[in-house]
Amino acid sequence: MAKVMDDRRYAESHEWVKIDGDIATIGISDYAQHALGDIVYVDMPEVGDEMTAGDVFGAVESVKAASDLICPVSGEVVAVNDELEDAPEKVNADAFENWIIKVKVSDPAEVDALLDAAAYTELCENE
Amino acid sequence: MEEEIKTTCLHDRHVELGALMSPFAGYDMPIQYKTITDEHNAVRNEVGVFDVSHMGEVRVKGPEAEKFVNHIFVNDVTGAPDGQIFYGMMCYENGGTVDDLLVYKVNDNEFFLVINASNIDKDVAWIMQNAEGYDVKVTDESLYYGEVAVQGPKAEETMESVLGIPVKDIKFYNFKTLRLDDEDVIVSRTGYTGEDGFEVYGSHDFTRRVWDKLMQAGVQPCGLGCRDTLRFEVGLPLYGDELSADITPIEASLSMFVKLDKPEFIGKEALAAQKAEGVKRRIVGLELEGNAIPRHGYPVEVEGKQVGEITTGYRSISTGKSVAMAMIDKPYDKLGTEVEVRIRKKTFPAKVVKKRFYDKSYKK
Repeated sequence: MAKVMDDRRYAESHEWVKIDGDIATIGISDYAQHALGDIVYVDMPEVGDEMTAGDVFGAVESVKAASDLICPVSGEVVAVNDELEDAPEKVNADAFENWIIKVKVSDPAEVDALLDAAAYTELCENE
Repeated sequence: MEEEIKTTCLHDRHVELGALMSPFAGYDMPIQYKTITDEHNAVRNEVGVFDVSHMGEVRVKGPEAEKFVNHIFVNDVTGAPDGQIFYGMMCYENGGTVDDLLVYKVNDNEFFLVINASNIDKDVAWIMQNAEGYDVKVTDESLYYGEVAVQGPKAEETMESVLGIPVKDIKFYNFKTLRLDDEDVIVSRTGYTGEDGFEVYGSHDFTRRVWDKLMQAGVQPCGLGCRDTLRFEVGLPLYGDELSADITPIEASLSMFVKLDKPEFIGKEALAAQKAEGVKRRIVGLELEGNAIPRHGYPVEVEGKQVGEITTGYRSISTGKSVAMAMIDKPYDKLGTEVEVRIRKKTFPAKVVKKRFYDKSYKK
């Protein structure tokens, strides 16, 4: 069973969001990394890009296929995890530690609308 | 209406091994058992076994078997020695590809055709329809045969020591029919990986016994995931990607298999004209700068204008490079031409290279 951490929120598209002040750190869940298999590339946006919740902000690619990354919140990209450029496999090793982008959230209500750990666990169990 | 998904005679083995299963060509097939990378490397460096029982088999028998095969097939089987195998295509009158296939010459009056699983119904109908007027009998034997492919530098050793099947004297693209366990089994030195290897065709029971022996000996089971990465790296086409009803063998850069000096075959006129006039587009290799991965259907551009699209692309497991096969309009197909591949919102520089990203190591 995939790990779910209760210190953060989740999107139905399997991204996680961890809030610190108005900064949302975003990655993909353990369930998602497991389903994808060996990750060989993470396509990330540029710092300064403006996101609206629901926008595709990049992709995680396994050997076989590309899987879109969907931004669960609106705001400006303030950081991208450059380490993943040369070591995308870190996402497989620990999907919760190895974040992908940080966004300065423009509408905190969007975060509250995301799934909590219990609801996300249930979603994974039913997939 | 959704058709019921088919299974091969090894389906229960795949499930038991915990394979990731997915529908392919109407069959519930194993994509991977461990990871695509591990299985790919097992075939490149040692040996792996694939369940390819979904492939179709068609037997053509009769006094006009050779003449008929030459009529529907672009390669030339005239006067070939018994036991030889030919790769080639069946084409429509307009040169588009019905399928790519292997033709096994049993003898002057008998040929054994191995066709893609996704095309079995279409191919059998096409072969039957064109057999009218020829003194041949066409039989679809796809449901009888199971098939495994043992591939990799240690394939010969594995065939002999694990399966006890003598294969040393089978040359590349040749086969033997062996009497094993009271049945006729076809063993050929062929494959779809760019490595030395064998394909074994037998009854479902025989195929299960072969598979079980290989598993007991610790041979790596390999899924369709690495079958695709392996064939791709050595530039072998996949029907649906590099070949289709809309893509001729000439456009697919496979003209070496099209024997225009044969008296006749279906599609000859169209293919000869295309060869003489030159194609408007063809399949080439691309190598990308950077780490982004080109995938099937992504546009290829020059100065913002689309000049083609990716047919297959991967981060090559053997070389680590982002490479692709692509259908590119002339004159952008020339080696060294600089193009851009559109991947989501960005474009990435790439250049045209030979569509062989890894050297084959066949044992000829």
